[in-house]
Amino acid sequence: MTDQAYTFAYLDEQTKRMIRRALLKALAVPGYQVPFASREMPMPYGWGTGGVQVTAACLVPEDRLKVIDQGADDTTNAVSIRRFFARTAGVATTEATAEATLIQTRHRIPEQPLREGQILVYQVPIPEPLRFLEPRETETRKMHELEEYGLMHVKLYEDIARHGTIATSYAYPVKVEGRYVMDPSPIPKFDNPKLSGNAAIQLFGAGREQRIYALPPYTAVVSLDFDDHPFTASKPGHACDLCGAAHSYLDEVITDDAGGRMFVCSDTDFCAGRRREGHQGRLGGQA
Amino acid sequence: MYVAVKGGERAIDNAHAWLAEERRGARDVPELTIPQIRQQMALAVNRVMAEGSLYDPDLAALAIKQARGDLIEAVFLIRAYRTTLPRFAASNPVDTAQMALDRRISATFKDLPGGQILGPTFDYTHRLLDFTLMAEGAPEAPLPGQPPVAADGDTPPHLPHVSEHLNHDGLIEPAPQGETLPPDLTRSPMELPADRALRLQAITRGDEGFILSMAYSTQRGYGRTHAFVGELRLGRVAVEVDIPELGFAVEIGEIELTECETVNQFKGSRSEAPQFTRGYGLVFGQSERKAIAMSLVDRALRWKELGEDNIGAPAQDEEFVLMHADNVQATGFLEHIKLPHYVDFQAEMELVRRLRAEAAAAEAQQHQQQPQEAAE
Amino acid sequence: MTQPQKATEFSQSIRGAVAPLLQVAGLAKSYGARIGCTDVSFDLFPGEVLGIVGESGSGKSTLLSCLAGHQRPDQGQILYDGQDVLAMAETERRRLSRTDWAFVHQNPRDGLRMGVSAGANVGERLMAIGARHYGDIRAQATDWLGRVEIDANRIDDRPAAFSGGMQQRLQIARNLVTAPRLVFMDEPTGGLDVSVQARLLDLMRGLVRDMGLSVVIVTHDLAVVRLLAHRLMVMKSGRVVEQGLTDQVLDDPQHAYTQLLVSSVLQV
Repeated sequence: MTDQAYTFAYLDEQTKRMIRRALLKALAVPGYQVPFASREMPMPYGWGTGGVQVTAACLVPEDRLKVIDQGADDTTNAVSIRRFFARTAGVATTEATAEATLIQTRHRIPEQPLREGQILVYQVPIPEPLRFLEPRETETRKMHELEEYGLMHVKLYEDIARHGTIATSYAYPVKVEGRYVMDPSPIPKFDNPKLSGNAAIQLFGAGREQRIYALPPYTAVVSLDFDDHPFTASKPGHACDLCGAAHSYLDEVITDDAGGRMFVCSDTDFCAGRRREGHQGRLGGQA
Repeated sequence: MYVAVKGGERAIDNAHAWLAEERRGARDVPELTIPQIRQQMALAVNRVMAEGSLYDPDLAALAIKQARGDLIEAVFLIRAYRTTLPRFAASNPVDTAQMALDRRISATFKDLPGGQILGPTFDYTHRLLDFTLMAEGAPEAPLPGQPPVAADGDTPPHLPHVSEHLNHDGLIEPAPQGETLPPDLTRSPMELPADRALRLQAITRGDEGFILSMAYSTQRGYGRTHAFVGELRLGRVAVEVDIPELGFAVEIGEIELTECETVNQFKGSRSEAPQFTRGYGLVFGQSERKAIAMSLVDRALRWKELGEDNIGAPAQDEEFVLMHADNVQATGFLEHIKLPHYVDFQAEMELVRRLRAEAAAAEAQQHQQQPQEAAE
Repeated sequence: MTQPQKATEFSQSIRGAVAPLLQVAGLAKSYGARIGCTDVSFDLFPGEVLGIVGESGSGKSTLLSCLAGHQRPDQGQILYDGQDVLAMAETERRRLSRTDWAFVHQNPRDGLRMGVSAGANVGERLMAIGARHYGDIRAQATDWLGRVEIDANRIDDRPAAFSGGMQQRLQIARNLVTAPRLVFMDEPTGGLDVSVQARLLDLMRGLVRDMGLSVVIVTHDLAVVRLLAHRLMVMKSGRVVEQGLTDQVLDDPQHAYTQLLVSSVLQV
């Protein structure tokens, strides 16, 4: 049931139009950070206000919404955002990746490949991939404009010199269609390959930083690396203890005080689906 | 076992119920009413209106009540509400020279036309706890204070700005009315470099504590501007809106404002003879500390247009000041680190483990070689 | 130290044979009523080293920062390789400053990234122009550390751990790794001990000659220009009071101010 005190999906129509214009611009220039007049939302900055505004601007009554945080549908922030739209937009919700028309996510890309017609909305804390190399917005904007990305590789060089490998494990920077360097939001680098050539529309919203950027379907996205130190999408070398999946991203769960732990899929829908199909991991019978 | 790790709907519901109970407190204590907060916590209400950028004392009082007295949380509630409100019109600029004054002081002139009006201020109180306020049912004696009365008997007085007196002599830089409509920070993203109008907007809704500290740092030598309070005034001004159908402006209400204009020293520049310069502060309600701090920070940020040196002081750094002044942005991002980050942390943990394993392997190899070398 | 190359012969042979690399005409920059520099004109030919001397406040640093694009002059023209530098888009100017041009600061901290290793400092310009092979970048950085006499095993150390002389040599390596054609130097030996200065000067002279660099070097130290510069420009109160071949200017100064400079400094 929609809350009558607010318009559909909370934001007023003018604001939604403003956000849609920013989204269209972002889709037209993939990877470019489009400034937008981010609004205060009833949840705090840093808790997904950018993603929520993008979702609000994209939702139509026929949509079926899925919200995940850390890959899971049942984490508190995911529950809170899903409830917010159930209340303010009255849209149907789902936990099934395949059934969703719009998925808002924090920190993960679902394991199941997305299809044409789906929209994936990322919550972004720091949209600027160069931010921690150069704190000034005025300077980083110039660097993007002039395509001066040498500094980004200096960071990767330093990683290899110090650690023997590129020591960036999440929010791993990418280059979009050979032009803009982009922060993929803090997804694990394991998810980076899914950014490229994805059939779905990928939208990124940063509320506090007032930026929107996007990847249209089938955009080429390359993770930055060196020719002799190529990017690898690594993950812990375990299989899921519940569903036995060997190729999904895993959460480590501490099970007792004695150092006991288990590894389970971070994508809860993916894991449940596999178990329904009869797959079983090391502890699949007990959990 | 596994689901328990991830929280869920019931946990949220329970937390909200508990919060509501905590907000209400013990049931044998009467519940605060909105009029009580509005009347007796007026300065908190003012701060919430100023930083919430919404002039509505009743809603600000409600927000304070709902937020259990956490003013930043209250500001946040007001901002979230404000953003949903439709815009009917933009008012004409308020005329603070026509302010119905409750207070008006100048630190630069001992006396001046209209005189100094002290008004309701803490300034000269002794900061001693008044235990009679603690006593139940203290007698409501008629107040000894007088409403301000000007010499000619008008109540309340309208007085021109102190800076006008300096302006006559050409001693202070003119502050002409701008030609262009100022940008609206709540409707368009912050663009740097920002013009003065945009800076003032960001500062007036910025966190009082932050602006205070920035202003204080200029006084301590980090971007010193030698500020004097030329005038500090508090009072009510009419808000007028042009009605196109009528062809004239209609007064839609009154708001209380605090205005501060500083007079700052300045020893000439590339193009101008020596003149005093101005810093400006304007804040909703009685918010003197904020208005003064605002005018100091405004003045410090003007170094470029006035041809002064950038000595690298934080208060001279427009981007630093404007990007960190908003407490709703700041508190949200600060507190978001409470949210789960296990995906990222997992990735880090995996990396550290692998690096540690490699380091251990390298060390083991070295140990193996050492005895041989020693034997040679 | 070895004898400087015969400046007169070099300058006369190069001039007239090829087009100038840098042409400056009527350059002026003021700060309000105060003149930074005014009416400065000169040509710089490929492989030529121009020294600019004068005491502090003479306008030599203002001139250098205008030439290098750090400040915009009020008047005048700067042509680089025939292109009007002041009319260039910023993209183009910044591309030049990370490929064809280099700038050596007096204080190495201004020209180095103190937070990253020596290797990354040298490699940055290579990566900025597209180098993407870690091994190659590292090999070039190692080679350049050797050329500026820094031990290769210091490659992963941060410059903060280096002595002042080493930092300055690192800054030079970082600048020269992309083989620029035009190098601006602002008091590159300032703040260093005399013995360290001598070693640095010797090193710079070798690099300038081997790489055929064109250099504009600002200094208050006449010994530096005596050793490095083919031509000399003497500035006072923002104006050029005398210019010509280094040996001629220093051995037979015409302007009273130059005579004063030479007599007070060179007798040491």
